[in-house]
Amino acid sequence: MTKLVTLTIDGMQVSVPEGTLVVDAAKKIGIEIPVFCYHPKMEPVGMCRMCLVEIGRPVIDRSTGQPVLEDDGSPKIQFSPNLETACTTPVGAGMVVLGATEKARSGREDIIEFLLTSHPLDCPICDKGGECPLQNLTIKYGSGQSRYLYDEKKHFVKHVSLGELIFLDRERCIQCGRCVRFQSEIVDDPVIGFFHRGRALEIVTYSNPGFDSYFSGNTTDICPVGALTTADFRFGARPWELNKAASICNHCPVGCNLTMNVRREAASGGDWVVKRVMPRQNESVNEIWVCDKGRFGYHFAASSSNDQTSFKRLSQPLVRKNAGSDHPGELVPASWDEALSVVSERFAEAGDGLLALAGGRLANEDLFNLKQLTTTLGGEAVLYTHMAGGELTTQLGIQPGSDIGTMGQGDAILVVACDLMEEAPIWWLRVKQAAERGSQLIILNSRSTKLDQAAAFVLRYPFGAETSAVLAMLNALSEKRLRLPEAVQVLERDPTLQAAAEVFSGANNALIMYGSDCIGLTESQALAQACANLLDATGHVGRPNNGLLGVWPRANDQGAWELGFQTQTKLEDALGAAAALYIVAADPAGDDPTYLGQSGFGGKAFVVVQDLYLTQTARLADVVLPAQSWIERDGSFTSGERRAQRFYPVIPPRTAPVSRAESPSTNKAPLLIAGDEVMESPLPDFAITAMITLRIDSEARITASSAARVFNQMAETVPAFSDQTYLELAQVHEQWPIVGRDDLYYGGTSYENTGGLGMQLALNTSDTPSTTRLAGTTVEFIRMPKLGQIAFPIARLYDRGKTLMPSQLLHERIGEPYIVLNVNDAEMLRIQDGDVVHMTVANREPDSPDRVTTGQTVVVQARLDQELPERVVLVPRSFGIPIDKPTPVEIRRTE
Amino acid sequence: MLAEKYTTEIQTILAKYPPEERRAAVMPLLYLVQRDQLYVDRHSMSEIAEILGISTTEVASVVGFYSLYYDQPGGKYRIQVCTDLPCALRGAEQFMEQLCQRLGIKPGETTSDGLFTVEPVMCLASCDKAPMFQVQSGGGLAYYEDQTVENALALIEQLRTEAASKGSAKRKDEYE
Amino acid sequence: MSKYPAGENNSYILLRQRAIPDLDNLDIYRQHGGFTVLEKAITSMKPDEVIEVVKGSGLRGRGGAGFPTGLKWSFIDKDNWPHYVVANADESEPGTFKDREIMEGNPYQFLEGIAICAYAIQSSAAYIYLRGEFWQISANLDRHIEALGVAGLLGDNLFGSDYSLHIYTHLGAGAYICGEETALLESMGGKLGQPRLRPPFPPSFGLFGKPTVVNNVETLTNVPPIVERGAEWYRTMGTEKSSGPKIFSLSGRVSRPGNYELPLGTTFRELIYEHGGGIPNGRSIKAIMAAGASSALIVANDEALDTPMDYESVPALGAQLGSASVIVIDDSISIPWLINKTTHFFKHESCGKCTPCREGTYWMMHLTDRIANANATQEDVALLHAVASQIRGKCLCALGEFSIEPVLSGIERFKADFDTAVSETNNN
Ligand SMILES: Cc1cc2nc3c(=O)[nH]c(=O)nc-3n(C[C@H](O)[C@H](O)[C@H](O)COP(=O)(O)O)c2cc1C
Ligand code: SF4
Ligand code: FES
Repeated sequence: MTKLVTLTIDGMQVSVPEGTLVVDAAKKIGIEIPVFCYHPKMEPVGMCRMCLVEIGRPVIDRSTGQPVLEDDGSPKIQFSPNLETACTTPVGAGMVVLGATEKARSGREDIIEFLLTSHPLDCPICDKGGECPLQNLTIKYGSGQSRYLYDEKKHFVKHVSLGELIFLDRERCIQCGRCVRFQSEIVDDPVIGFFHRGRALEIVTYSNPGFDSYFSGNTTDICPVGALTTADFRFGARPWELNKAASICNHCPVGCNLTMNVRREAASGGDWVVKRVMPRQNESVNEIWVCDKGRFGYHFAASSSNDQTSFKRLSQPLVRKNAGSDHPGELVPASWDEALSVVSERFAEAGDGLLALAGGRLANEDLFNLKQLTTTLGGEAVLYTHMAGGELTTQLGIQPGSDIGTMGQGDAILVVACDLMEEAPIWWLRVKQAAERGSQLIILNSRSTKLDQAAAFVLRYPFGAETSAVLAMLNALSEKRLRLPEAVQVLERDPTLQAAAEVFSGANNALIMYGSDCIGLTESQALAQACANLLDATGHVGRPNNGLLGVWPRANDQGAWELGFQTQTKLEDALGAAAALYIVAADPAGDDPTYLGQSGFGGKAFVVVQDLYLTQTARLADVVLPAQSWIERDGSFTSGERRAQRFYPVIPPRTAPVSRAESPSTNKAPLLIAGDEVMESPLPDFAITAMITLRIDSEARITASSAARVFNQMAETVPAFSDQTYLELAQVHEQWPIVGRDDLYYGGTSYENTGGLGMQLALNTSDTPSTTRLAGTTVEFIRMPKLGQIAFPIARLYDRGKTLMPSQLLHERIGEPYIVLNVNDAEMLRIQDGDVVHMTVANREPDSPDRVTTGQTVVVQARLDQELPERVVLVPRSFGIPIDKPTPVEIRRTE
Repeated sequence: MLAEKYTTEIQTILAKYPPEERRAAVMPLLYLVQRDQLYVDRHSMSEIAEILGISTTEVASVVGFYSLYYDQPGGKYRIQVCTDLPCALRGAEQFMEQLCQRLGIKPGETTSDGLFTVEPVMCLASCDKAPMFQVQSGGGLAYYEDQTVENALALIEQLRTEAASKGSAKRKDEYE
Repeated sequence: MSKYPAGENNSYILLRQRAIPDLDNLDIYRQHGGFTVLEKAITSMKPDEVIEVVKGSGLRGRGGAGFPTGLKWSFIDKDNWPHYVVANADESEPGTFKDREIMEGNPYQFLEGIAICAYAIQSSAAYIYLRGEFWQISANLDRHIEALGVAGLLGDNLFGSDYSLHIYTHLGAGAYICGEETALLESMGGKLGQPRLRPPFPPSFGLFGKPTVVNNVETLTNVPPIVERGAEWYRTMGTEKSSGPKIFSLSGRVSRPGNYELPLGTTFRELIYEHGGGIPNGRSIKAIMAAGASSALIVANDEALDTPMDYESVPALGAQLGSASVIVIDDSISIPWLINKTTHFFKHESCGKCTPCREGTYWMMHLTDRIANANATQEDVALLHAVASQIRGKCLCALGEFSIEPVLSGIERFKADFDTAVSETNNN
């Protein structure tokens, strides 16, 4: 237990842990000490001098060591002659802090006046107007009048871009250094800095490309003035015109808590539109930060049905009609009633021949209902992903009470086959911070990643040997040694590995985070198994802050695993064999045409696609059902840390108005009715699935009525959710630091959490942990071909995925499709850095990696890398290059 | 380019500091560049950043903060006259004014041949020997104390002749 | 016979080159007893004994603050290693030019002082941080350090002990604030020269975050004589609380400006009139700045002139001794002009880290520009006083506090000059 220190602030007594700063102690009891440079997430620097207070300390008698008493018996307090900065002064026992005295007040007024000698009076055109700490504190503490001559103020070109995402107004900057410190201290990416000195200090970037950091948007939240603004929101709206709604980021498994700001706009035909995305505090998940993908990658959901882009949202069901023997017919708009009838009939016919293929972006409720449907019919529920092992995370994963933010001294984190910065940036941050607090970070990977810098142990294995590398750690700890392939024996003998294994084994708490860096479905299954064995062998299971964590490609993959979805290693075969396909939130045909198989999966099967857009896959479907995006409805996602979290409707569903008279719908179909108009509109996935199921079996225990009811039904039947209710997910408790109330000056503009902190799932103990399957077996290892190259898929935060491309703002960061080659290979192939090359992907016959049969060819840019081993080609996922597991390829120079 | 051209110098500089505190070498490395090309361009900042394992922006910040580093080319010789209080009490301001007048430039400007920039600077710790100035060039930095305008002009003439005889192409050899 | 004579005038203890030609030659320095003190310390004294001697001497830091040197050394954190010594050779206070003369003329005594200090705190690496303009001095010091290495007086296993020491030079690049010790340490770390929060102080968190002693060049140059002749001897010079010799940098309107090595406690009058030769051109003295541009202006009346220059007496005049850079102002100088010079200096040198200094020095500069250029009113003078008062006591480091000293004292003690400046406005 940390020692508590009691002091008095403005007459109020408070006891806080030793080492607490006066400014924080005051905040805890609701006393405001204004700050600009201080930020509760960063080390104090005492620069702005706004937090001046009078501080008195008890006088101690040197000879006795006892406090000297006044005549009335109270301790004698001595005040220092100068005001002191509350942000740099730790509390002391018996300290007396006065923040409301005339002296303190005038000190602040002085500082405000100094700040305003440089600051322009452009609040009316400033994006920060309305939520500006300087504006607020000036009104509260300023004198209302400056004695400084206006024409002596500094003048600069108003807006300079620090990169495509962030703009700087140098006149407005008050040199508090929060942004610079955030970039260096918090995210270790010091690409912005101060230039010049004194009053000429300005923020610059000399990095190339400029302010190109995955966390750059956060600097606009903590900037206490309108100096830093996002290119996205700049001139977009005034804060007071905006409504807000709590949401969860849908881009990665971290599950960052968000608040979306919306308003109705004439430009969008009076529709509600999302104006910006802000972080919402959840100290156990994302603290008060989000990455730029989460902040700027929201445009896809909102792209309205009358958008003339390729991302036009579906607004009505489509049913294929007029098909003949020689032509496929066409998809024509239909009523929900008609579409659902067709679908339910054909699904019923298919029976256990139904294959439901679900994307990991779906909510828990959607997945649960999908699973209900397949159970009803005896079909198969498959998760569309390239990463397996999730059933192990449900048994040996992390459990309630876990929080990476509490890990430190004595704990260990092993990160394997994962590029955390690219796959889940906020986890990168959290793991790095755990390492800074003293956790031993061990990294196993075939290539270097940004996280290496924070690690205590960095171990490299040959490409394709990730599982063996984990088993080598296990070998280091046990008598019974598994025989490992030759290629990893060097690693096995490495004393660093031995040391790392011992540290891991001896750690109080230990986590393993595994990803899918350079591997696919089969490999990740084996890897997860090996990780599970290591955790089990070292006793790091079944306790908070211990266990296996999958760094999934999608936001709710974990939810799918919890609900019993499985993967399919031979997906193209399964698709070809099914009698009916229900493809929800997945676009296999768009991702990789080979999924269509020889005949094309639309050939034999009856295909239903449920999505936001008319995807490649949807174009081949027999029925297309329009779904609501997650920001148009409510529901819950389960994060990779097994935390179920609720999201709320942010904007109303997109609708295509049809007058009641013309409506093809009957009363049976659910309709949204607005005045005299009947809306044929997208519906929540769970509702559509439930309606289909109910048409097949009216007795089925499935509900379409609300996400809440689906969730509660799920809690009744799925053990992992059994401790939860939908309502409880919305519960909050006070978090530290306090942000988002009246105190924008303190933590910045990230939002207070009132929508729920979520709840972590219980471990699934009904199945016995499957941790022995690997024992005794020799381990598969990807052999390098004698000829040609092997392409290994890697993750890039900014990919060309459908959910990111509508965010035009990020296009420059996303860039064109590329591959990375070893320099020697490139030389042999006469390829230079930046050349456009042809890459031919082998057909999906991976059994014999030496044989390259000609498959699809893509034209991409080549980048060269010295560190890559020969024959290894790195290919970013979701860039339109159909590689999601190690795959033989042939590369040719484009003549 | 920097790394190849000055391999031994860089090694000598780095050896002064503990290996894990390599960043401390940023100032000496900037001087190395500046001696070579009289100012620090962006490319050299990146090179230094790479050598030290820090960001280019961090190197640039250092360039920006300290007044002896230049991120813009100036005259080949920077004649920096101390006009701070103690020197001013001994006529330094008049000295600089007259010198500039004779050179046909204003303080802060560079002579038309691009050779001499004359500028006022803060105290140079030579207060008892005013008027005085320092000359910064690729050759380093030298003090000239107890100056008169005539003295100073003579020195300028001498530097001008030297510069002409060596020719700008050979400038870099001068310092090796 | 000691190499350091007793402390009468003209028998130099610090500026010994003035008595001994070519003292910057190692052989000559050794002929005059050089490095025997270091040898004595390393071979026959415990580190703590050295600290005790320095403590006993009453030596106070010559960099400006006058902090007891031995005490500072004894604060070094012995639970955190390695330790460093950093010699502060930034010497940028306008009017200060003493360290430069030491390093040019008597470099080996300075280096020997560093070495003794390093031994006392068991540091095996010491750095000399020189202002960038001391480029030539730094190059010379490098040569001297090399010569010491060759002579076996620096490097590994000195005098057969297991104590090793290396000394390195490091050049700053034109920033007065880097004389402030924590800004200096930041600067040495390759960062902007902005002061750190204190505490922690350098003896617990210094260079590269390690325990460090930062001492001024002159301070360290005092160390060899103290260790050789003992604390008692040292205390025979100067006053009770300000012992030892001090180099006074005399500049401004005096006949013979320059450095004068005199005991602490020498009066202003003696320095200015006896040594400095008085005020030239038949002018009379008007004001004195005792600590360079950072000084309050002392009205140069008889009482002031007869005040001893030591760390206690000068404050009694409402000023500071600082680094003892005495700038003499004669009656032809207008104080508004003078404070315009100093505010320009501080505005130029403000590091920008804290608000009052960053904005306040700029504001003061604007106001003094107007006043000095006869373009101001009484309100501007009042405002200048208000702005300076508004800066007081709110800055992160002493630079900002220094900047207001000449301004406040100027307005308060030389009001007539401001009245004149303002009245000129009214006339045009
Ligand atoms: C703005 C400012 C400038 C300073 N400049 C110098 C300087 O140039 N040289 C110096 O030795 N000390 C300077 N100091 C004092 C140092 O911070 C520090 O007190 C000194 O180096 C300690 O050494 P000493 O105890 O030997 O005096 C300066 C202090 C401040 C606040
Ligand atoms: S007072 Fe403030 S701005 Fe001025 S030099 Fe010190 S820290 Fe920098
Ligand atoms: S100095 Fe305390 S908040 Fe800035």
